[in-house]
Amino acid sequence: MSILINKDTRIITQGITGKTGQFHTEKCIEYANGKNCFVAGVNPKKAGEKIFDVPIFATVKEAKQATGATVSVIYVPPAGAADAIWEACEADLDLAICITEGIPVRDMLIVRNKMKQKVAKGGKETLLLGPNCPGLITPDEVKIGIMPGHIHRKGRIGVVSRSGTLTYEAVAQLTEIGLGQSSAVGIGGDPINGLKHIDVMKMFNDDPDTDAVIMIGEIGGPDEADAARWCKDNMKKPIVGFIAGVTAPAGKRMGHAGALISGGADTADAKLAIMEECGFKITRDPSVMGKLLKSLL
Amino acid sequence: MKIHEYQGKEILRKFGVATPRGIPCFSVDEAVKAAETLGGKVWVVKAQIHAGGRGKGGGVKLARSLDEVRQHASGILGMQLKTHQTGPEGQKVRRLLIEDGADIKKEYYVACLTDRATQKVAMMASSEGGMDIEEVAHKTPEKIIKVFIDPLVGISDAQALELAKGIGVPETSIPQAVDTFKKLYTCYMETDASLAEINPLILEGNGNIKALDAKFNFDSNALYRQPEIVACRDLDEEDPDEIEASKFDLAYISLDGNIGCLVNGAGLAMATMDTIKLFGAEPANFLDVGGGATTEKVTEAFKIMLRNPKVKGILVNIFGGIMKCDTIATGVVTAAKETHLSVPLVVRMKGTNEDLGKKILAESGLPIIAADTMAEAATKIVAAVK
Repeated sequence: MSILINKDTRIITQGITGKTGQFHTEKCIEYANGKNCFVAGVNPKKAGEKIFDVPIFATVKEAKQATGATVSVIYVPPAGAADAIWEACEADLDLAICITEGIPVRDMLIVRNKMKQKVAKGGKETLLLGPNCPGLITPDEVKIGIMPGHIHRKGRIGVVSRSGTLTYEAVAQLTEIGLGQSSAVGIGGDPINGLKHIDVMKMFNDDPDTDAVIMIGEIGGPDEADAARWCKDNMKKPIVGFIAGVTAPAGKRMGHAGALISGGADTADAKLAIMEECGFKITRDPSVMGKLLKSLL
Repeated sequence: MKIHEYQGKEILRKFGVATPRGIPCFSVDEAVKAAETLGGKVWVVKAQIHAGGRGKGGGVKLARSLDEVRQHASGILGMQLKTHQTGPEGQKVRRLLIEDGADIKKEYYVACLTDRATQKVAMMASSEGGMDIEEVAHKTPEKIIKVFIDPLVGISDAQALELAKGIGVPETSIPQAVDTFKKLYTCYMETDASLAEINPLILEGNGNIKALDAKFNFDSNALYRQPEIVACRDLDEEDPDEIEASKFDLAYISLDGNIGCLVNGAGLAMATMDTIKLFGAEPANFLDVGGGATTEKVTEAFKIMLRNPKVKGILVNIFGGIMKCDTIATGVVTAAKETHLSVPLVVRMKGTNEDLGKKILAESGLPIIAADTMAEAATKIVAAVK
C-alpha cells in the first residue's frame, strides 16, 4: 500500500510534447512500473501521434475514455497551466499533479474556487497536488514528477514537504540508513495550492503501510500549524518535523512565492514551537531528519 | 514587484478611486512648479521610496507657501530616508510627490490581499487608519473588519456595506465608501496585485472619501501580462545584486552575514542558511540556482556572491536530481578559476553522479573543502572563516 498512487495507477501527461514534459515523462516511464502506468498524453495539435510509444489525445476527456486513466500530471507552461488543471477536473479525474512553476496567483485562485464550486454542486472531486511541486513517488512502483528516482527505496516511512530538493534530502537520509519510503509527496511552494500538509498527514495516518512520517515545511502561511494541530488529536504515528527559513528576514520572498513571512505567526520559530507542542519531534538541523526518525521507531 | 505611491495613485484613479490631485517631481524646481500648477494654499511634499513609514522618518512635510515647498523639497530630495522598512542605511530619495493638502476629518484603513487559508480575496478595513496595521491587529484586533471575497462572484454590495458600516463611516458617506471598496477590489484583481493597501483612506470635511496613500505589491508570476505595471518598475529602489541575479534567472537576496551560499532549490537554500546559523555564523545571501543550472549560471552566481565585500567564505550545497553533480562540479571549478576565488570554499554534493562530481573537484587542483552532510559543510565553512 501507499498513498494516492501505486503500480496500478494509470496516468495522462498534459504537456507531454513540451521540452520539460518529454524529458520527465521519459524518466518516469523508465522508473519501476512506469511503462505500464503512463498510458496517454494530451496535445490538441498532435492528437493521433505517439511519443515514447504513448498515444497522444486531443483532450483529457478523450484520453481518459480511451485508456481508463484516473490521474494526470501537468507540465503545461504557466500561462495555460490553470486551464490544464481545470480540464483535468472537468474530466472527473481522481488526481491532478501540477509540476508547473510560475502560475499567476489569480489564475490559481480562480481555478481552486471553480474546483470547490463543482464539488459543492455535487460534482466529483478531483484532488490537486501542487502547483510548483516535484510530484510524488511510491518507490519501486511508480514515480510521477521530477524527483530523481534512484535515491528512493521501498519502505514504510512517509515524507511530505513543500520544497523539492529538501524532500530529496530527507529521502536520501532515510535510504542511507536503511529506511525506505511508503510514498514521498511534494505539495509545492505556491501560496494557493491543492493538497496541504494536513491532507497528506491524514492519508499517511490511514495508510497501514506507513509507520512514521517526516513533515517538512517553510516560512509563510498557516498550513504547517494547521497540520500540527490536527496531528495532536489524531495522528497515531511518530512524526519528525523541520521548518526551513529560521534565518529568512520578514518581507523578503525566499524563492518560493509562498515563502514570505507576512504576519508574526508564520515564522519558522513560531511553526516549530507549535509542532513541538503538538507532539512532533522537531529538529533545527536538517542533516539529522533521517536519524531522528529512526530513533522514534 | 513594488511601485511608488504616485504610481499606485495613478492606478487607483484609473479604476475610479478618488485621490488628492498630485504631480510627481524629480527636482526642487519641478516641485515648486508643480505646487504652482496645483494652486491652492496648502501642499504636501512626499518622498517617493518603496518603503513604508516615510512620515515618521521625516519624508512627508506640509507646506503653506511656495517657499516652504522649495525648502521641504530641497530637504527631502536626495536625503537618505530611514524608516523601519529601509534598514539602518536608509534609502536615497530620488522622486517627490507634490499633492493638494487634504481636509482630513477621519482616517480609515483598507486593504486587499489573497488569503491562503480560505483561497479567497480578503478585504480588510479598520477605523484606525494612519497607523501601523500590524500594531492595530495586535492590540485591538476587534477594530479590523474582514470579508472574504469569492473571485468567481466578486465583492457583493453586502460585503462592501459590512466594511463601511463596520469601520463607522458616517451614513451620508457610506455610498462613496462602498463604491471605493468595490473599485479597489476590481483594481486588485485586474492588475494581478498581491497587496493593495490604502492607509489612510480619508473622510474629508465635505464628506468625500479619498485615498491619501497607495501601497501595491504585484505577483511577479503575472508580470508577463501586465506591461503597464512593469513600466512602473524603478530599478533605483531595488538591490543591484538582486537585479543582476534576476538577469540570469537566479533567485538571490542579500543578507547581513559573511558566508555566501549557493544552493539548488528554495527550501534547501533556506535550510542551508539555517544550518550555517545553527553552527555559529550568519549567511551572506539566499541564492537558489534553480533546477537547470549550467556552468555559466554557476559562474555568474559566484560573481554575484563575491561582489559582496562581507563574504569571507562560500558554501555550495547541491542535491543533484535532474541536475547532475558533475555538471555543477565543472561549473564550480570554472567559476572558482574565473573569479580567482580567494576565500575558502566548501562543497557538499549529493545525488546523481555524486562520485563523478567529487572526482572533478578533487582533481581540479583547487583548495576546495569537501563535505558529506549539510552539518559537516556548515561546520567546516564556519571554522574556515574564523
